[in-house]
Amino acid sequence: MISAHEPGTSVVHRAPVGAKLLALFALAAAVFVLGSPLWLGVLCGVVLLGYALARIPARRWLRTARALLILAVFVFALQWWLLGAQAALVVCLRLVTALAAANLVTLTTPVDDVVSAVERWARPLRRFGVRPESVGLLVGLTMQAVATLSGIAREVREAAKARGAERSVTAFAVPFLVRTLRHADELGEALAARGAGDR
Amino acid sequence: MPDVPAPRVSLPAADLARTVVFAAFIAVLGIFPGIYLGGSGVPIVIQNAGPLLAGAILGARRGTASVVLLLALVAIGLPLLSGGRGGLAPFVGPSGGFLFGWIASALVTGLIVQRAERPGLPVLLMATTAGLAVDYAIGIPFLGAYTGDLGAAAVQSLVFLPGDAGKVVAAAVIAAVVHRALPGTLARPAVHGE
Amino acid sequence: MIEFSRVGHRFGDRVVLSDVELTLPERRVAFVGANGSGKSTLARMINGLVLPDDGKVLVDGLDPAKDGRKVRKHVGFVFTNPDSQIVMPTAGEDVAFSLRGSGLSKAERARRAAEVLAEYGLDGYAEHPAHQLSGGQKQLLALCAMLVLDPAVLVCDEPTTLLDLRNKRRFAELLGTLRQQVVLVTHDLDLLDGFDRVVVLDGGRVVADDEPEPALRYYRKLAE
Ligand SMILES: Nc1ncnc2c1ncn2[C@@H]1O[C@H](COP(=O)(O)OP(=O)(O)OP(=O)(O)O)[C@@H](O)[C@H]1O
Ligand SMILES: [Mg+2]
Repeated sequence: MISAHEPGTSVVHRAPVGAKLLALFALAAAVFVLGSPLWLGVLCGVVLLGYALARIPARRWLRTARALLILAVFVFALQWWLLGAQAALVVCLRLVTALAAANLVTLTTPVDDVVSAVERWARPLRRFGVRPESVGLLVGLTMQAVATLSGIAREVREAAKARGAERSVTAFAVPFLVRTLRHADELGEALAARGAGDR
Repeated sequence: MPDVPAPRVSLPAADLARTVVFAAFIAVLGIFPGIYLGGSGVPIVIQNAGPLLAGAILGARRGTASVVLLLALVAIGLPLLSGGRGGLAPFVGPSGGFLFGWIASALVTGLIVQRAERPGLPVLLMATTAGLAVDYAIGIPFLGAYTGDLGAAAVQSLVFLPGDAGKVVAAAVIAAVVHRALPGTLARPAVHGE
Repeated sequence: MIEFSRVGHRFGDRVVLSDVELTLPERRVAFVGANGSGKSTLARMINGLVLPDDGKVLVDGLDPAKDGRKVRKHVGFVFTNPDSQIVMPTAGEDVAFSLRGSGLSKAERARRAAEVLAEYGLDGYAEHPAHQLSGGQKQLLALCAMLVLDPAVLVCDEPTTLLDLRNKRRFAELLGTLRQQVVLVTHDLDLLDGFDRVVVLDGGRVVADDEPEPALRYYRKLAE
């Protein structure tokens, strides 16, 4: 499955999904509450340390860093103009710290791990009729639907082109949506015929 | 549907399929490059029209569910946002509030559309406008919390207003045509049983 | 045995089936008729995807209106468009998906899936991306996904429409070998060799119901 995950065996990779998410939420909260550039700088340093610990290869973080830098420079310039230098620095540090931390969690956590963690957390909800194993099913079904709809989108665009209407929003969106809904109905019938949704 | 005779319960499978397929639809709006709006030569991202369409076409319950499903898949790391973005970063970034706002967007749009017997263009326009407004109502304060200045956040967001206004109109027009092409989409139980 | 007694159905105010009275104990039954004559609607009633507005359907004594779940376990359904029936990324996972509620372990489900795939001509395709199969293979996969549950009845709604001549013939031969009772909806009259009974629908009514040869003769005359 395509994802942003970067395989590895470091402490960060091996840390439980729940712990990583908790840490991220705590950090995000701290970043919002703290207003001093000094403390924000420290937090930012901690996150960068996490990258070092996780031994994320340069080709991965270079790309992220470049994107982040461009964003930060842009935001800094804008905020400086609107609010002054000190405020601009605070905003930029917040931005870089929060984004880098969130990205680190995503980089070091495979989708499958998150899915099984969520399935585990959902287990107590069983008595309310929630079926934990349907989490993985939802992921699979949606990714499958993305593949199918991408194919439909391509066909519809070609058809619009063939009619010389590639610039028309409705000539693309309406047939695309109609076929999307038809696909949904057919998928619903196929799922029902295979016992999905029956309890 | 005008006169549905016997009480028909739609199967969970039909609901599930609609939700899943529409989540995928919003994702494809972001993945699929080069959708040209109007006469401009620049392909623009129309993914944020997705939640409006979800609410306007599927109604509040399934529309909101599909947006929640999409955002959940993004959060666990699947690159389903425009530009191949995924993971937790988009949610904690400065425009994260606009993402959370999608949920309210689909909900509000759907609730308004559902009130109409036969959703025509005026109702749909009102619904998608309200949908965008709640997205802004959540997104701007979030951005403001980031920058520490709500006013500046609002001013910055104005840049997107013309484009988003275009999407609001487009979503309403498209939804109107779809509702005429497939009457009963809001309520139709696609599959019967139980 | 499939029984329709005085079955009627409407979509909105359009009557699509009226007064259908059929008792079908035969192993190979076909529904034929013009576009919009109500074949698919009638076929969908066999597993409760559509419930009749009037009358009653019974499948081996089960009533889809009351026992939707049991009926769907009892009746497999193959649709026209294989793309819409595939729900999982690989062929093996897709077949195994049908076994979700079976209580088998994951490994066992995968093994059963591979067995069924091998049995119906998709040997070695368990790991193959399902959407990269050919049209005929996809339709075989849809069939496998049903047969892995070993239903007593198999309903196929124009399963060969999107297939080429060779795949169509293979699919038809396969249908001939199944131990299930088969109900086939089709416009391809060549598939009906070896069928026991052909029901001709027109405007939502049964207009002929006989062995293939006389029924098809009637149907051809109707079309002229
Ligand atoms: N979901 C629906 N809503 C409204 N009308 C429907 C629906 N499904 C079918 N119909 C109508 O019911 C009638 C019978 O449709 P059905 O699909 O059973 O025909 P069919 O014999 O299978 O035709 P075909 O050979 O084209 O597949 C048609 O007039 C069709 O327009
Ligand atoms: Mg049909």
